[in-house]
Amino acid sequence: MEEDKKKSRRKFFELGIKFGLLATVGTVAVAKAMDNEDSSGMVELMSTDGNIIQVPASEVHDVAHKQPEDYDPRVGIPDKKFVMVVDLAKCTNALKCQESCNKNHYITGKNAWLKVYKMQESEKTAPYWMPTLCQHCDKPPCVKVCPVDATFKRQDGIVLIDNERCIGCRFCMAACPYSTRVFNWNEPDQPAAAHEGEYTPDYAGKPSVKGTVDKCDFCPHMIQMGELPHCVSACPNDVYSFGDMYEDAVTNGSGQTFKLSKLLEERAGHRLLEGLGTEPSVFYLPPVDRNVDFEEGLENYTEFQSVKKTEE
Amino acid sequence: MKQYDKLIQDLAPKKFGLRGTIWVIFLVVIIMFSLYAYYQQFDKGLGITGMRDYALWGVYISNFVFFVAISLVGSLVTAVLRLSGANWATPLTRISEVIAVAAIMMGGLTIIIDMGRPDRILNIFLHGRLQSPIIWDVLVITTYLFISVLLLYYPLLPDFAILKKHFKETQPKLGKYYSKMSLNWTGNAKQEKIYNKSIHTLSVMIIPVAFAIHTVTAWLFATTYRAGWDSTNFGPYFIAGAFVAGSGAVVMLMFILRKTYHLEEYITDMHFDKMGKLLVLLCLVYLYFNINEFLIPAYKSTNEEAAHLHGLFFGEFSLMFWLAIIGGLVVPVIVLIFRKGRKPVPLFIIAILVVVGAWWKRYIIVTPTLLHPLLPIQGVPESWHSYFPTGLEWTITAGTLAASLLIMTILFRYLPIIPIHETAEEKGFLKTEKTETL
Repeated sequence: MEEDKKKSRRKFFELGIKFGLLATVGTVAVAKAMDNEDSSGMVELMSTDGNIIQVPASEVHDVAHKQPEDYDPRVGIPDKKFVMVVDLAKCTNALKCQESCNKNHYITGKNAWLKVYKMQESEKTAPYWMPTLCQHCDKPPCVKVCPVDATFKRQDGIVLIDNERCIGCRFCMAACPYSTRVFNWNEPDQPAAAHEGEYTPDYAGKPSVKGTVDKCDFCPHMIQMGELPHCVSACPNDVYSFGDMYEDAVTNGSGQTFKLSKLLEERAGHRLLEGLGTEPSVFYLPPVDRNVDFEEGLENYTEFQSVKKTEE
Repeated sequence: MKQYDKLIQDLAPKKFGLRGTIWVIFLVVIIMFSLYAYYQQFDKGLGITGMRDYALWGVYISNFVFFVAISLVGSLVTAVLRLSGANWATPLTRISEVIAVAAIMMGGLTIIIDMGRPDRILNIFLHGRLQSPIIWDVLVITTYLFISVLLLYYPLLPDFAILKKHFKETQPKLGKYYSKMSLNWTGNAKQEKIYNKSIHTLSVMIIPVAFAIHTVTAWLFATTYRAGWDSTNFGPYFIAGAFVAGSGAVVMLMFILRKTYHLEEYITDMHFDKMGKLLVLLCLVYLYFNINEFLIPAYKSTNEEAAHLHGLFFGEFSLMFWLAIIGGLVVPVIVLIFRKGRKPVPLFIIAILVVVGAWWKRYIIVTPTLLHPLLPIQGVPESWHSYFPTGLEWTITAGTLAASLLIMTILFRYLPIIPIHETAEEKGFLKTEKTETL
């Protein structure tokens, strides 16, 4: 099961790259759903408007899935714009996302990068669970105020931090309206695994550096392997979908792919504090038509804790 | 002639007495403690402070704002009053310029103390980006420091020449230093011309730069989205507050220096009276900006602003808030509108209130806003919902204040507190003297 899931996800990303190329030569941009080649030599593919079409297998060419040689963590992956959709109607505060994020980013502080807020706008409105992470804004206030270009915006939409350059002034934290940035107040007490390999800003937390700022990095290290970010794949309720805005497609942890524009239109998607003009890359679908019980999530809710001490 | 000799005798720098020595030792001890505390912070990280992810700035930043604020008085007294022809302020120019230099130096240092990675300070020059208000602050603060030092130094040239002569016999070594510092000042027409022109130019230049340092400091806050900071009023609000704080500091020093160095003849009741009146005006202007800053958001009471203002007016910060507003602004205005209130002793007490109030005012500008972010505070330890500086943090802060006082003390030890040359010129002693020296 788990293996299948992984496979289909990987396929999704591979194909994204392939069909980006197809589009450039004027072919219909399509996304192959599965490689189920039938006897007539046709393959089934999914077009961008969601229809399954058949294309002769001979017309489909494999493109070597390789990172460009000159990949620069400050520039990002070319011709991509990564986005996330968070479906508030599905969130039950299971916290598997947070657990996975904390573990894979070796978070040892007391403030997780991904937090599930218990939200209730007013007494008369219904409560709901709202996962928050770095919103990877297209007009990031944090990047604007950084005096040394330590936090930066990549071409693929991801906002990262260079912990080897950050001077620890914390202006970015003051500027962030979403309070998603955390500071390494003390020497991080991380496991040895966090110190393996060379430092690169596209794997936040590996390692965390004392006196510098950390935050969600949208997992570029997973994207490069054709995988979904840790939180997306860990979620048992398919709350998160992740994808490329240029392909207009997002995929959830179960491997289901949706047309982004359609999803946002049908479900009235919005972004947090939209009025500030920060233009986040994270979209939220409102918590309507819920078949989940809000109360269920209270079991996991700890107001004063987001990183469990015993987490391995 | 006799009057002139007495003037020099009165105003030439004097050695520390017993009290002066104890004072210096006291300051040095505080600084030593704070150096130790800073070593702890450097070694272990900012975790030794009370700051955390929500209260991400604390007493260091409010102390920084205080230093920048107080340094503005240099431009007020030396430049604004000089250019507007208010000659009565001449004996206060050096005091205020010394405050400006000491405060802006410690302001710059305080910012470094607040940095998580002070070892990477060079990144500001290696990777600096002009769109960050921090870079603007670095640029204007260094410019202000530079102009302030020049504005302190140029008017000293004739004084150094006078002191060179004065100490030639009694303390030849000290005389030599003054001689070097005087840059061969003889007071001839050509030198006078350059001297007057440079001081005038610097006085004009320092006003926009002074406005810039504090406006940019206000922008460090106003460029964010947070309730309590997100205000177009912030620049002028900070500047108005800065003049209040700085004038309070000048009055405090006037009183203390007059007493210690027996300068009653030069810093007279008239000076206190005028400074008292000036302080009333400045407090009223600052009150006006305060009303703008608090009344309008309170009238609208958006959720964020209401939560923030509630904390200030009635909540955990209300005591500090009202002490700063009433004790630091309203009471001074009421006391100082009476002539008796502007006598040296009551004015000195009021000045202490003003300066202490101004310090706390900065604290409640920085901290409460951070504790009311746009999204609720969740998933962090309960202690992170509030902020109060730790002992080590207080020690470091006290060290920066002590260091600024030490810089002032040392400067007043070696520089004439009252400009000798300018005073002589104004009192008309110099005409005869000049013909003799030339």
